[in-house]
Parts: sequence; structure tokens; C-alpha cells
Amino acid sequence: MMSLPLNTFPATLLTLPHLNYIAVLPEIILLAGALFIMLLTSLSRQPMNNTAAMGWTIMTACVALGFSIYQWVQVTPHGAYVAFDGSLAIDGLSSMVAVLVSSSVVVAALMEEGWLRRQGRVSPEIYMLTLASAAGAMLMGAANDLIVVFLGLEIMSIGLYALAAYDYRRKQSGEAALKYLILGGLSSAIFLYGIALTYGATGTMNLAGIARYLSKNILLHDGLLLAGIAMMLVGLCFKVGAVPFHMWAPDVYQGSPSPATGYMAAVAKIGGFAALLRIFISALGSYRSDWQPAIWIIAAATLILGAVMALVQRDIKRMLAYSSINHAGFILLGLAAASTAGVSASLYYVFVYSFMVMGSFAVVSVVGGSSDSAHDLSNYRGLHRRSPWLAWSLALMLLAQAGIPLTTGFIAKLEVLSASIGAHVTWLAVVAMVTAAIAAFFYLRVVLLMFSTATASSSDELSSELDGFVDGEAVPEVAMASAAMASATAGGGSSRETMAGDPMEHLRVADQPVAYPAEGGSSDRGSSSEESEDNKLDEDMDGAATLLDEDEISVPPSSAVAIAICVAVTLFFGVVPSALTAMAHAATMLIR
Amino acid sequence: MTVSLPWYMGLSAVLFGLGALGLMIRRNVLVMYMCIELMLNAANIAFVAFAQKLNDLGGQAAVFFVLVVAAAEVVVGLGIVVAIFRRRADTTADDIHLMKG
Repeated sequence: MMSLPLNTFPATLLTLPHLNYIAVLPEIILLAGALFIMLLTSLSRQPMNNTAAMGWTIMTACVALGFSIYQWVQVTPHGAYVAFDGSLAIDGLSSMVAVLVSSSVVVAALMEEGWLRRQGRVSPEIYMLTLASAAGAMLMGAANDLIVVFLGLEIMSIGLYALAAYDYRRKQSGEAALKYLILGGLSSAIFLYGIALTYGATGTMNLAGIARYLSKNILLHDGLLLAGIAMMLVGLCFKVGAVPFHMWAPDVYQGSPSPATGYMAAVAKIGGFAALLRIFISALGSYRSDWQPAIWIIAAATLILGAVMALVQRDIKRMLAYSSINHAGFILLGLAAASTAGVSASLYYVFVYSFMVMGSFAVVSVVGGSSDSAHDLSNYRGLHRRSPWLAWSLALMLLAQAGIPLTTGFIAKLEVLSASIGAHVTWLAVVAMVTAAIAAFFYLRVVLLMFSTATASSSDELSSELDGFVDGEAVPEVAMASAAMASATAGGGSSRETMAGDPMEHLRVADQPVAYPAEGGSSDRGSSSEESEDNKLDEDMDGAATLLDEDEISVPPSSAVAIAICVAVTLFFGVVPSALTAMAHAATMLIR
Repeated sequence: MTVSLPWYMGLSAVLFGLGALGLMIRRNVLVMYMCIELMLNAANIAFVAFAQKLNDLGGQAAVFFVLVVAAAEVVVGLGIVVAIFRRRADTTADDIHLMKG
């Protein structure tokens, strides 16, 4: 006889749990901000002004940041608590992730405004996607139930897929989005199947429930659970870009619009590592002897491949993609240690990595020009002559990623290495040190390229000579052609060539009513006074010729602020590390 | 006559494997998309089967979340596919190779 399965469930299971909305207030604020932008965009005939949308996004993120800090202040003395029938944990980890994600949104919104302005586009939807995916990452930090982790992962990822496709004029952007979408969908499916198997083995999807079940029972046949753990590990390693599941990262980083890449590099890792720490340390801690060796191997492969492949890249975005794979290996070191020190080191590393990588991509996005395509390393030759502030900021970001003392990168590397040695995995720490040395080489190569004077100065002299010669003729077409020749003979930047080859595009960008910050423009004038004199002559002759010679990079104010925030965080917490290390340590102690 | 848990698990594993295999060998983007859907639904079968065996509603509730997520993913995914292939005749992944890797 058949029996209806629903009859066997007790009715008490269907009662609604107490819903503590305060616990998810940061997520609600971010989503409300996103909905407001979408509503206003679809209701009004005029699209929302870029600056207004950015202001709204930053305001939303700051309110969310305020509530996250409030949660932190509440949780630190009173202890962690669960909400929504135990499916959310509000503790140090969740509030630290919330603080980090909302500050990432501020930086990302500033970067995106600069990018939209360079593109000459008005489209506030980019902020909507940013806010929505941030809510997903925040949810991953607070999730205490596997299905909530999955929901957060998907909310975050779907926003990031659309962000990767945002630059519809470039074919690479669509290609990046498609690759991210297919491989991201695959990894989500694998992760979900892992959840199903873990659920089947332990009888619950609640992380605390899993930990309780595993501490009380000894599984005689734990094949189901081990398969589930392996598949969850694979799914999350895809998201954080760990080898051998990193294949998507270089292409997606290269093809996506630069601000979206910076945001994706930060937020996907924040969410992914928060979920990894939560699932593996707090739920599967008793199975650490089974998953630790796997993470050792993944971490070693990630470290080595990331550092070695970054050496041979010609495109700075691909180089930064491999370098972020290398960073993922370092963060995995803390997880592999599976100790309090390790978790704290991982959290600290994720925090400082986010600002370093977003700062780097903010500079890359500005140097990339109005088409966001000048990402070859040759464009960085002599960058300090064109814009000393950009060059110094990028140099600081790269040196911090290499782990130079007095920056956050140094302390982050020190912490994960000491955690790894403390857990008696010395060989892994040695591998990490070697890859850090390799990584320092390719970071320094870019820094030296930016500050190299030899080729850049000769090409500048050449072009100014030629321009002076053309001044007598006062024919703008000849001036353009000669400038193109000068840059071609110098072999310097393809950006110079495109500027000369397509003067209209350059005009269009320069015509926009942009209040360029004083720092980029004035210092550049000061550094090459003879050139600016030539420019003045040109100005008298022909307005177009000025734009032609204007080799400096115009930094939109919003991008300048974004870079300044990242530089300030990297330097401040590098010089005064105790505040952030204490926060990371407190966050570790509070994990339920 | 009842169908026991190993059969459900076998069905779900076979569907999951077919989805993964299809994702690897098929080059049509839409078919690749269907393969991802197949994998998600294989996980759904596993959820329902385990929920039945464990006498727990959690697994059955999870299926609804997965369905919603899959639908959202398809919406965004098809939007991206349309944006890319608007100027092309067919939807073959082999044509998309601007970047190495």
C-alpha cells in the first residue's frame, strides 16, 4: 500500500520561526538601495544621473556600513546569536564581512562613476547590480545553513555575471561574461550537489546541526559525507579562483570592464572565503584530518601556478588575475592551518587584499583610457611622467601586494605564514615564501616600467621636437600624422597612437564638462614644462593640436577618491596594524 | 511497490553526470545552459529523496529555493547570450575565442 509521505511530518515543523529583521538589516538596506535605483530608472523618462546614482549608492553603502559596525559593537561584548531559526549567525565573522563588503561597495561605486564618465555612458543599472551582488556576499558571511550559503552565492554571482557583460561595445566583455556564466553555473551545480550529499549524510543543512551531528555520531560509512565535502570544496574553490579551478579567472578579469573586475576580484573572494571558513572550520571541523590534505595540495598548486603564470603575461589585467590567484593560495594557507591563528590570518588577508586589488584596478581603469582597452604593459612605460600620482599609487598597491613592510600586504603574508608554521605545515610555508619571491619579481617589473625614464624621455623629446617643427607649418593634419609617427618610432605606447589616430574620440572625451582634479594635471605640467610651452603655442594656432599633445591622463575625481581610499587603508593599517589584526582576531573568537 | 533510495540516488547521479558530460562536449551555448539546468535538477532529486528518507521537510523546501535560483540564472544568462549573439547567426561557443585560455 502507498502511504502519503506528508502525513508523516509533524505539524509543528511548519510553524513560522521568529524573524529578527535587525539581523539582516545591512543586506536589506543594500537591496532596498538597489531596488530604489531600479525603480527610479524604470519610472522616470530620463535615466538617473550618474553622479546622483553614485551618491545614492555610496549613501546606501555607508548606512549599511554603519549598521554593520553597530552589529560588530553589539556582538563583541554580548556574544554571537542566531536568527531565522538558526539559519543565520550574527557573529564576528559576519559583521566583519559586512563591514568589508559595504566599504568595497563605496570604492566600487566611485570606480564605476569614473568608468561611465570616460565611456560617455549614462546607465545607473551598474550600481544596482553592484549593490545586489554585495547583499549576496554579505549573506554568505552570515549564512549558518548550507542552503543560505547557496542563495548568497547565487545572489552574488548573478550580479557579477551581469557586471562582467556590462561593456556591451567590446566583444571581450560579452565573452568574459559567458565564460563566467557557464563555469560559474557549473560550479554552483557542483556545490549544490555537495550540499545534497552532505544533507543526506548528516540529516541537516544547518551548519551548527552538522557540527553537532558529527560530534555525537561516528559514521561507519562516511563515503557520502566525504563526497559531499569534496564537491562543496570544488564549488567554492571555483568561486575564489583556486587551482585547478581557476581557468575562468584570467579571461574573465581581462574581458570585464576594469571597475567590475576590481569589484569582482574583491567581493567574490570575500564571499567565497567567508563561506569556506564557516563551512569547513565551524561545521566540518571534526573532519579536518580528511579535508586538510586536499587544501594543502590546492593551496600549493594555487600559489605556484599563480606566481609563475603571472610572470609571462603582457596584459596587466591578466597579470593581476594570476596575482590574485596567488593571493587566493595565501588565504588558503590560513584555512589549511585550521587553527584560530589561521582563521584570523585569513580574515585579515581577505580584508587587506580587497583594498589592494580594488586600488590596483582603479588605477588600471584610469590608465586604460576611454575605451578601457589600453591594458598592455607597454602603456605603463614612463607612467610617472604622464601622471606621477597614478604611478605612485599603483606602485604602492603593487608593492603592498608583493609584501613590502609598512604596508598591509607585509603583515598579511607574515600572519598566514606564521599560522601555517604554527600548524606544523612548514613545507607549505616554504612554498609560499618562494612564490612570494617570484611574485615580487613581476610586481617590481611593472613598478620599474612605470618609473623608467630612458625610453619614455627620448620619445617625449622626439615628439616635442616634431611638434615644434610642425608649429611653423600650422597644419593640424600634419601635426597628427607626425605625432603618430613619433609615437610609433618610439615604440612606446599604443595609447598614444590611438589618440593620434582617432582625434575625434579624444575630443569627445575631453569635451565633457569634467572637473579634473588638480593633482594629476598640475603635477604633470610641472614635470614637463618645455612640453607645456609647446602646448601653449599650439593652443594659439589650433585648439585640436592641444588635445593631441595632451599626453597626460585625466583622472576623474571619483576615481581619484577611490584610489585615495585604497591607498589610505593600505598605508594606515600597514603602519598601525594592531587595530585590524585585533578585529580579525576578535572575529575568529566569535565564530559559533 | 516502492522505489528505494539507491534508485533515486542512481537516477540523480546519472542525470548529474549527463549534465556535466554535456557541458564538456556540446558547443551550443543554449544546450550548455540546459546541461547546467539538468545538473541543478539532479541535485533537486537528491534533495527530495533524502528528505523522504530522513523524514525532514528541509530538503523539500530547498528544492523551491533551487528552482527560483535556476530561473534567475537563466534570465540573466539568456540576456547575456542575446547580447553577444545579436550580430551572429548561431550560438556556438567555438566562435568565442578572442582571449586565450
